[in-house]
Formats: sequence, C-alpha cells, structure tokens
Amino acid sequence: MKQGLHPVVMIALVVAATLFGRVLPTWTLSLATVAASNALIALGIVVLARTGNVSFGQGLFYAAGGYGVALIANAWGITDAAAQMIIGAVCSGLLGFVVGPLIARYSGIFFGMLTLALSMVFYGALVKTSALGGSDGFNVGRPSLFGMVFTDPREADFMLYAVSVVTTGLAGIAATILFRSELGLASLAVRENNLRVEYLGISANRVITINFVVAAIFAGASGAFALMAQRHIDPQFAYWTTSGEFVFVAVLAGYQSVAAVFVASLALELVRSFSNLYLPNTWQLVLGVFLLGVILFLPRGIGSLWVRERRKRIEPETAAPVAAEKGVVL
Amino acid sequence: MTAVLSVRGLDKRFGAVVAADALSLDITAGHKVSLIGANGAGKTTFVNMVTGYLKPDSGSIALDGVDIAKLSPRNVARLGISRSFQIPQLFIELTAAENLAVAISGAGKQTLSFHSPAEAHGRHVKAVELLARFGLADQADRPISELAGGVRKLVDIAMALVRRPKLLLLDEPTSGVSAEEKFATMDRVIHAVAPDAATIVFVEHDMEIVNRYADRVVAFYQGRILADGDPHVVLKDPDVRRYVTGSAR
Repeated sequence: MKQGLHPVVMIALVVAATLFGRVLPTWTLSLATVAASNALIALGIVVLARTGNVSFGQGLFYAAGGYGVALIANAWGITDAAAQMIIGAVCSGLLGFVVGPLIARYSGIFFGMLTLALSMVFYGALVKTSALGGSDGFNVGRPSLFGMVFTDPREADFMLYAVSVVTTGLAGIAATILFRSELGLASLAVRENNLRVEYLGISANRVITINFVVAAIFAGASGAFALMAQRHIDPQFAYWTTSGEFVFVAVLAGYQSVAAVFVASLALELVRSFSNLYLPNTWQLVLGVFLLGVILFLPRGIGSLWVRERRKRIEPETAAPVAAEKGVVL
Repeated sequence: MTAVLSVRGLDKRFGAVVAADALSLDITAGHKVSLIGANGAGKTTFVNMVTGYLKPDSGSIALDGVDIAKLSPRNVARLGISRSFQIPQLFIELTAAENLAVAISGAGKQTLSFHSPAEAHGRHVKAVELLARFGLADQADRPISELAGGVRKLVDIAMALVRRPKLLLLDEPTSGVSAEEKFATMDRVIHAVAPDAATIVFVEHDMEIVNRYADRVVAFYQGRILADGDPHVVLKDPDVRRYVTGSAR
C-alpha cells in the first residue's frame, strides 16, 4: 500500500498555500481561486471515477449548490462565505443522496449519460423558471467572512482565495484519507469487478452511492464559490459544457492522486489564461492540443508522474522464479 | 450428521434448455463433495443458484434451515456460503494483499470505514497469513496482473475463505494447472481451507482429482442427478461412465 503525506503535513501545505496568496498578484489571485474551486468539483469526479463511473453531469450539483446558496442568501441575508460554502455543500449533498441510490444501479456509458441527462433536465427547468431569472439568472450580494465586510477589492479577492483554498485543501485531505480507507480500496475493487465485490458481502451500489454523494457535496461547495466569485448565477452552471470542463480537469489529473487534481486545475487555468492572452483567436485549439498531449504522453493523468506504477515496485525477474519454486504454473 | 445445504425440487430453464430439473440434494457438514458432469449438465447453474447469482424457477435452497433461494449473492455470502471461480475473479490492478484486504473488510461486522486504512495492521497481517497458507506470502505485495494463472486461482480461493464459510464452493480448482502440478495444487488447497471451511463442494472434470479428494460424488446429466454416492461406486456406474466420464465401452 502506497503511503502518502501525513495529514498534518497536508494541513501545513494548505496553510502555506493560503498565506502564499498574500504575495500573489491580484490577477493570479482570482485565477488561483477559480483553479481551487474547479479542483474541488473535479476532485469529486475523481472520487466517483475510482468506482469506474464518470459523471458528465456534475453541473447539476454545481448549479444546485449555487442556486441553493443564492436563494437562501437573498431570502435570509446570509452573506458569510463559510456559511454559503456549507449551504452549497448541504444542498447538493441532499440532492446527491436522492439521486445517488437511483443512479448507482447503472454503470459505464449509461451512468455517464444519465448524469448528463439529469443535469440538462435541470438546466431546462432553470431556463424556463422565470422566478429564478430564467436564462438571465440573478445577482447576489458581496460575501463577508465572520462579520468582516471587505470593501477593498484586493482584500475581497484574498478572502475568497483563502476560503476556497482552505476548503479545497481540507477536501483534498479528506479525499486522501478516503482513498486510503476501507471504502477507498473497495471503490477500486468495484471499479474492476463489482460482481466479485458482491460475492464478498459488500454492496457495490452502496459504495458507488457514497462516492456519488461525496462528489455532489464537493460540487455544491464549488458552485457556492463560483457564485461568490461572480456574484451572479444563471442556468449556465448546469449546462453540459460546464460539466465537460470539470471532466476535462479530472481526465488531466487521473484518479491516482489528490494532489494531481490541484495541479491539473491550476495548469488548465494557466494554459487557458496565457493562450487567451497571446492567441485570442485560437486559444481553444491550444487547450485541445494540451489535453491531447497529456492523454498521449500521460494516459493515466498528471498524477502518474509521481505515483509510481505498481508493476515497477517489484522487479518481475526476482519474483517470477519464486512462483516457479512454489510449483505453480507460470 | 446434519445437512448444511438442503436443496429441494430445484428447477431452472433457459428457454428450451433445462439447466436444473427437480434437483434435490443434501450436503452434509464436514464432507468434500465433488460435482461432475459434461459441459452443460447443470453444475455451474447449480452453483450459481446456491450462491444467489441465479434465481431458481421453483424449488427451495436452505442453508442451515434458512431459505436462501431469493437472496442476492451478497446476502448469501453473509450467511456463510463462499465461492471461487473457474476463471479467477480478482481485482487485477490491486496487489494480492489488497485483494484479501477487500475481502476482510467485507467480512467485518460493520459497514466499510471512511477513515480506517484499508491495510491497517490487523487486516494486513491476516491477509498475509491467509496467503501464507497457500504458500504465497512472498507474493502479497505483487499486483494480480503480474501473477500467473495458477497463483491467481489460489488467491481467488483465499478470498473465498476470509469469511470462514459454512460451505465453500470451488469451481474447477485445478483447471489451468498442469498435469504434473494438479495434485500438489489440490493438496495445498485442501490443506489451506481445512481450518476455515469444514464443508467443501467442488466442481471438477478431472476424475483422478475426484477419486482422490472427494468423499462423495454427485454426477449431473441434463439438469438432473444421474448418480450420487461414494466415488468408487459412482465413477463405476455404467450411466456415469457413458454420459459423464465418457469411458464406457
């Protein structure tokens, strides 16, 4: 079993990353905030992907979190960023708890298409609901934190950066613990052979559902951050291209490493920003070439750069004769 | 001796094909029972019904008096029936010890933990101890994808043993094993499962293995039981020789 960083070290890294925001230029601060927020939802997709299922419709939970926060914030006047993040996570977690058990019975392309279909149904409903602003959406107020109101744009950006980095960092630590846990190992087992998992007395559907709910919670919190950053929400949050972007990050990262999700999200934002700056008419092409390059050279994602392949851990030439001596057919 | 497994009037049809035709059978605790029969005779269908993968059209299956005919494989496993497969069903990207760790987690009384490491010390020790019984302790940290077919077969059986089943079903435990190694492999299996599984049912095509290790043989033919009893008697039965072993002339 591979051993990663100790949780205390990870907490220290999160604190360091948060403080690092103090020296970052303003434009980088907002880029990093978007990267952290996208990493959070992509991390959920990776959590789910460990069971062998990819959600092409995480926009459903992203939008549910965002709309939930926006409605509650406007109705009750809640502007606290931490509270809004929790509300977004809870709204989407509850939705995931309803959808998860129904969808866990499907796998592969059916699972992916169902998630996509549900997100598009939600998108359609939002567009047609004039009480929620229809296709234009609606605005929300400036977020505060623990009673502090940030009127200076630089301080407001840093506050949002800090909350999103801390939240995403803590989610990363939780995901790391989850990956190493009994449930995490069972998730990989479900990915490979869910019938065998059932024969071992484990409910594969329950494993998938739990991972699905975790992914929904992360998506809801991410939706809350996107809302806080834009101070506006519209049905585009649930649109399939939005979901596709998060899958894009997850594919870049691979499913082996939590840290890879953060690196992939940051890399994507950097490539997007710089290609948009220097190649404004062809930046999508650059982004596509970047993804193709990663798939071609790192088919298991960026994480495979530092997660050693299991097959390399023990040299085959030393292990094979042992099996032969045991009288087993090779 | 009491019957661990009691099957009565089991029927299963796939269209016009009769896979089980009014099967009735008792498996007594402590026995090693071999199921023999030509391909399509209904052996694997029987195993699949007993383990909950297939539901019988009619009839009853009782484990220690509890009806299990309508239960899922998961619930059948929890009640005490484990199986291995003709083609090993393993998690090939995981190591042998991790495969065992999944089985050990599943055998726990509580639901899977979110935070307890999958290979916590106790679980890892137990995984290696089980592998050691099969002579595979030094293979514990190797991914299944690197292991030979015979080794995978043993890991598959080791996983089935984790729950200390009341009844262990082995589907062709020596298939894919060379003629020179089949007795050594079967000796290892019988020795390794002895502490945890008192009652064993194994599907087998090799009559030498059947003759040597079974203390009861059940011969299947077209979904029915053709003969049932002592190996020395059943294997000499003219009908068995004609329809199952193919040695009658």
